[in-house]
Amino acid sequence: MKDSIIKALRFIGLGFFEPVVRLASGEDTKKNTIEILKRIIAPIASVLLFIGVWYTGSKSLYNTEANYKIEKTLKDQGQAEADKVKACIESGDASCQPNTLPSPSQVWDSYKLLLEDHQKISEDKKAFKEKTAALNEKRIAQGKEPIVYTGRPSFVDQIKTSIKTVFAGFLLALLIATPIGIIIGLSDTLRTSFNWLIQILKPVSPVVWLLLVFMIVKTLTKDSTGDTSFVISFISVGLCSMWATLVNTAMGVSTVDKDYLNVAKVLKLGTFQKIFKVILPASLPLIFTGLRITLSVAWMVLIAIELLAQSPGLGSFVWEEFQNGAMDSNSKIIVAMFVIGIIGFLLDRIMLTIQKFISFDKNEGI
Amino acid sequence: MAYLELNNVTKTYGSGNNVTEVLDNINLHIEEGEFVAIVGFTGSGKTTLVNLINGLQKPTSGEVLFKGKPVEDTSHERGVIFQNYSLLPWLTVYQNIEMAVKEAFPKESKGFIDKRIKEYVEMVSLSHAINKRPKELSGGMRQRVSVARALSMDPEMIIMDEPLGALDALTRGNLQDEILNIWNKNKRTALLITNDVDEGIYMADRIIPLRPGPNATLGPEFKIDIERPRDKTALNDNPEYKKTRNAIIEYLMDIGSERSSNSEFNYELPDLEPKDLRWEFRASK
Repeated sequence: MKDSIIKALRFIGLGFFEPVVRLASGEDTKKNTIEILKRIIAPIASVLLFIGVWYTGSKSLYNTEANYKIEKTLKDQGQAEADKVKACIESGDASCQPNTLPSPSQVWDSYKLLLEDHQKISEDKKAFKEKTAALNEKRIAQGKEPIVYTGRPSFVDQIKTSIKTVFAGFLLALLIATPIGIIIGLSDTLRTSFNWLIQILKPVSPVVWLLLVFMIVKTLTKDSTGDTSFVISFISVGLCSMWATLVNTAMGVSTVDKDYLNVAKVLKLGTFQKIFKVILPASLPLIFTGLRITLSVAWMVLIAIELLAQSPGLGSFVWEEFQNGAMDSNSKIIVAMFVIGIIGFLLDRIMLTIQKFISFDKNEGI
Repeated sequence: MAYLELNNVTKTYGSGNNVTEVLDNINLHIEEGEFVAIVGFTGSGKTTLVNLINGLQKPTSGEVLFKGKPVEDTSHERGVIFQNYSLLPWLTVYQNIEMAVKEAFPKESKGFIDKRIKEYVEMVSLSHAINKRPKELSGGMRQRVSVARALSMDPEMIIMDEPLGALDALTRGNLQDEILNIWNKNKRTALLITNDVDEGIYMADRIIPLRPGPNATLGPEFKIDIERPRDKTALNDNPEYKKTRNAIIEYLMDIGSERSSNSEFNYELPDLEPKDLRWEFRASK
């Protein structure tokens, strides 16, 4: 029981709970207490330390900004106005707060606000759906397009769109890069002949990819009424992030252990069999490393691309909030920052788990 | 005409100024049903020789004939047991052998293939580990899988490239017996490459030393006239065994010292002459 819990915890990447399980089952109290201190208490302390530094930092930035504002009013408009500004700032009125790094509590408030907002919008949506259900049925029966909700998307909706875009981009990268990588990896001639292209395109910035994709997709979708911004952003994400997979796959396939190839030769496997039963499994670890890099690059690049492509998602959320310049915009941007970071971390974890399933140690057969 | 013939085979690597001649003028004839062992130092080109015979490499000059036909490619008729097991780590024991059996008997039914795999796993007594992956097996078990894989294809000739080199003495002894059993049961031809003279004498009909490379070539053969089945413990007292063993080791030692005496350094020795004390000793008595 205990061992299977520990095994399961390790598998999903929560191995640091192991000493808790061991302690609960009454095993080696001293050693496990130290382990808990090291693996659970210490990380929590580091989080608290981070929040503390953030709090003091934002407080001092706030004071500097407030003082500057008061002094500026004093110089421009005299003592009376300055006193008014000072009182306004101290009262916490939203209209005259200094614009600077928000404190942790402000960010937390914004987070709750965003969730509330999401709830409100989903209720709106639901109501709208109910209201239009009968009408839509009629419209469909008449062969017309149904009426859809066109209100503002909530924060959670934008997260969903971003994840959708990243997965579409990742899938595109997977479908393009792995087969090409395998083909290039198998042939020396192809590898040397396409090397220049890969080396030149690999370091190209996401922004340039976006513009390139924009040029092409814009022309291709002239007549369509579909969601071009989504298409543009996911294709750009795919093109930006596929290089790691391409290079890793080609390398994995071209550096398969000679022993395995000798086995394939001695067993007289056909070409097809050799590729699918020996070369591909042998290069899977490297292919997966590539895919992992691809997914994290895709997520990183996505924010920048959404920001530029005006496609809905976390990137455009950040950009809109920045342009908006409302009182709580700064703290909303920081909420988005944490959400982006946590989702990126989770995506990497998922890939790592899949990789653990498939991978094997290179020297196992020898 | 012999079963396997190597006539004036040479093998070089590289080209131009960087040519290294690994094998030079190799002549080897093996008859059907024979068990031949080639003994040599590490790095003397043994693996190259094996690869020439199993078809993984081609000789630079000379010819390798198997049943009278030149060896162009690998073949199911020649089963190879590799030095480093070479199991595929992502497959289980069953799947590793399945791959070989399916290739060797493409037209047979699933039932036949399944039966055959289990039979050979049983033969190397690994039935309990049939669904394990190589990493869960010990070195000896892995080599047994490798043996089962090579033999499951029913090769007419078994080529073994230092198959037991990495194993401990006890496992080694067991596997030697297993290989001998299989060879004896189906009367196959076997070629064993080894660096262990005792192993060669215990298993083979003939032992041929490989002189160390570069330019490795085969030395004179030693016939082992010891009746089979040979008993390992009794072997130690067998005069024939002692004689052959000493002869082979002496030959190998000679090559070894020849090799080291070819050293380029000339050491200056002190100009001393031993004094003969015998006469003085006698005189004083």
